Amino acid sequence: MVAANIIKHLKGALIASIWLAFLTLPIMVIRVDTVEKTVTWRWMHLAYMAVGSFVLAFIWNIFLERRDRGQAKKALETVERVSALSQFLSDPRFARPLMAFGFLVAAAFPWFFSMYQTNILVSALIYVVLGLGLNITVGLAGLLDLGYVAFYAVGAYTYALLNYHFHLGFWAVLPMGAVMGAFFGILLGFPVLRLRGDYLAIVTLGFGQIIRLVLENWSAFSFGPSGISNIDRPGLFGITYSVEQATTYMYYIMLALVVLTIFVTARLKDSRIGRAWLALREDEIACQAMGIDNTRAKLMAFALGATLASLMGVVFAAKTTFINPASFTFMESAMILAIVVLGGMGSVLGVILGAFMLMLLPEYLRAFSEYRMLIFGATMVLIMVFRPQGLVRAKRKVYKINTEAAG
Amino acid sequence: MAQNMNELNNQNTVLSVRNVSMNFGGLRALSEVDLDVHPGEVVALIGPNGAGKTTFFNCITGIYTPTEGVVTAYPKTGKPRRINGMRTNLVCELGMARTFQNIRLFPSMTALENVMIGRHCRTKTGILGAVLRGSGTRREEQEVVDKSYEMLTKVGLEKLANEYSRNLPYGAQRRLEIARALATEPFLLLLDEPAAGMNPQETEELKQMVIRIREEFKVSVLLIEHDMKMVMSLSDRIYVMEYGRIISTGTPKEVSEDPQVIRAYLGEDDDA
Amino acid sequence: MEYFLQLFFGGLSRGSVYALIALGYTMVYGIIELINFAHGEIYMIGAFMGLIVAGVLTALGWPALSILAIALVVSVLYSAAYGYTVEKIAYKPLRNAPRLAPLISAIGMSILLQNYIMLAQTPDFLPFPRLIPELEFMDRFSNYLGTSDMFIIVTSLVVMIALTFFIKFTRMGKAMRATAQNRKMAMLVGVNVDQVISATFVIGSSLAAVGGVLIGAHVGQINFAIGFLAGIKAFTAAVLGGIGSIPGAVLGGLVLGWAESFATGYVSSDYEDVFAFLLLVVILIFRPAGLLGKQRAQKV
Repeated sequence: MVAANIIKHLKGALIASIWLAFLTLPIMVIRVDTVEKTVTWRWMHLAYMAVGSFVLAFIWNIFLERRDRGQAKKALETVERVSALSQFLSDPRFARPLMAFGFLVAAAFPWFFSMYQTNILVSALIYVVLGLGLNITVGLAGLLDLGYVAFYAVGAYTYALLNYHFHLGFWAVLPMGAVMGAFFGILLGFPVLRLRGDYLAIVTLGFGQIIRLVLENWSAFSFGPSGISNIDRPGLFGITYSVEQATTYMYYIMLALVVLTIFVTARLKDSRIGRAWLALREDEIACQAMGIDNTRAKLMAFALGATLASLMGVVFAAKTTFINPASFTFMESAMILAIVVLGGMGSVLGVILGAFMLMLLPEYLRAFSEYRMLIFGATMVLIMVFRPQGLVRAKRKVYKINTEAAG
Repeated sequence: MAQNMNELNNQNTVLSVRNVSMNFGGLRALSEVDLDVHPGEVVALIGPNGAGKTTFFNCITGIYTPTEGVVTAYPKTGKPRRINGMRTNLVCELGMARTFQNIRLFPSMTALENVMIGRHCRTKTGILGAVLRGSGTRREEQEVVDKSYEMLTKVGLEKLANEYSRNLPYGAQRRLEIARALATEPFLLLLDEPAAGMNPQETEELKQMVIRIREEFKVSVLLIEHDMKMVMSLSDRIYVMEYGRIISTGTPKEVSEDPQVIRAYLGEDDDA
Repeated sequence: MEYFLQLFFGGLSRGSVYALIALGYTMVYGIIELINFAHGEIYMIGAFMGLIVAGVLTALGWPALSILAIALVVSVLYSAAYGYTVEKIAYKPLRNAPRLAPLISAIGMSILLQNYIMLAQTPDFLPFPRLIPELEFMDRFSNYLGTSDMFIIVTSLVVMIALTFFIKFTRMGKAMRATAQNRKMAMLVGVNVDQVISATFVIGSSLAAVGGVLIGAHVGQINFAIGFLAGIKAFTAAVLGGIGSIPGAVLGGLVLGWAESFATGYVSSDYEDVFAFLLLVVILIFRPAGLLGKQRAQKV
């Protein structure tokens, strides 16, 4: 029985690998130079492709079968199985000390690791906040925003331009960046929010592109593709400091912002507002019929996500001291979306894990860095097919009931 | 219209529907429908499939805007309000809460949270309040939990409070929808085929539950239902709809003896 | 007048290619209500296949026109195979998933395909051989209508007429129309819906491949990223015409092509792409049903 099944899968994998080898043959093997009129044949690629796709197809088939069987089984069960790990993580007795420990490790990090490492971690933390911000819009409220990076650009250009023209410092602009983000969130959010899910995605994509193209072409305003350089780093009571110290300082600023964001999103998730977002995501019509103002709930989610992105934009500009429109392409939006999707839509812990995985792995596994976007794309497809809830399934709060009052 | 309103502005009515029609392109789904619900009444709207009953619900809850006619609601406190064309959430806030024919719960929220959604329009914590979670917010939150739990006990689902609603059995899902609607503190409860898919015993329990709820919450009920046994024993009055028109109205007895109703239901040919 | 004609035919040829790609979007959306985000990449792969075939055959010294014909055929076959495979991998397992799941999967697929081509070929622009010869009798139009423009217009026209016949008169075409109207009913009357969906992807991808090869030969260079912008613009065209409607996609493509051509010709070329995106946003917000589409009542 089992053997027959394995043979069936092997056969399937063989067919799939032959098919994929045939499919990828011209593109993997042949390289043409139409000017010199020469052709390079790279037959080894075909062998890699065939073997690779055989293994992958085999695993794919097994997992797909398991998934479908699992779904059929789950339909018969009424009680949801919860993994031991997630039970462990959700128990406050363990979760609290774990969180404290994690925070201590994070706080001590720059003392034990090099500036290079710290710098990488700052970038990762920026993506944690971006992920958590997009998680509000996509994960909680179910609004697929494909132009999220536009709000990141709004923050970055707000700081860069105010710094360039008026020499305003980081701390002065940070709150302004937040306000600008919220403003743009509402401005762009208002017209698109009555659209259905997939149309909303495309319109936000369009808006994101428009903002980037305007930044590229309107040189008088944004200095075009060459961007803005020599942006000031964050000030520290007028003290001058070295680049190394600046990195450490930036790291602590980011750490504080991450903690703040986690706090805010975690509290919102289990509040009246968070519940309304979830209801909106699950069923718009029922949500509105139960007395929730859909437009308002959507605008709030959109604006809050935009605010966080814009804040990160300010930080990004201060960290790199140079920005140009090339940092705000659709791929950037897709990357943040991949973080949310991988981590688990609606789950705060999941998004944090997702950001670290997708940002740090390519940094440390240099061999992979070339394949970074390829892996991102594949991750999105695989997660949607096999584990749509992401790494960490978002869990709902278990409420304690005040039985006396309810009696 | 103003005259019309004054005329009807007494506490003998909670909902008055006058001359309501609904066209979809060339299709006339509802045609000059008149309907009233009086305080504490259980009114049933029956009719063959496709007669326009759910369309009617959608027209009076703001999901569709009727092409013609006036729908007026009379909340327990405050002035009568014309509600055709009003946004759905405002209709609910005004005090008319509904359930859906094809159950529309929030599947990845717990049963309790589903009911808590119903409390949304009666509470007011904003983003700032939710983040700071001061004493006011905490009190309100506890109140929401307690009230919602109470609603769950009213429909007999308190033991399943923390289960995801997608995992509840079918009958429980229907009752959960009722609890969710009750949580909005309605004066009029609109039930769209609440007994659909239930066995006779479950239907009987549902009937008892509706009677209990009406007594306890002083709520009027307008329901669409196909189960004749339930309709006949539960309703004070019945409206019969066919092809988007009300063809008969009266007490269960009157309606069941109306030859037009018999024709509509048994499908007798005109020449037979 | 000559300038006007030049812009007119430029817009027409540009619009014909948009229409070819838009047809794929509109057919897929009509049947499974999915914005096939990876469709632009299929078009890009079509262009690359054309380039590879052309490169090999040029090295062997074949004549240009026969190379073009073979490049078109091979590119169509391969792109169709890609479209078919993408559907099987990224969309079919998600037939019953929530609405956003296949869309996210499609975005992933689009990124995957782009990077696959970039890594397997090159991140740089590659010159595309001139496959379309200058025809002599075209000389007197040469001030406003180049041979390659004419070639694109004629080829697109032929392909579209063939598609219309296919949809109207063949068994599969009828099955497609039935499935688009009501998938459940189609299934009940014995239409093999999986087959119809596959066929839709195959046809859509073939049309995109034709567009890819023609544009490659017309513009003279391609790279791995051309699918993104072309895809979005073609999607704009599809929405403009009313998504799900086949004549709508053609109309939308032409309108967009002309609009771009005249706007860049008479106003400014700096904001060419901004213009397309603005059109997309405005159409989706104010008339999401498009020019030929029907507004559908929401089911409750």
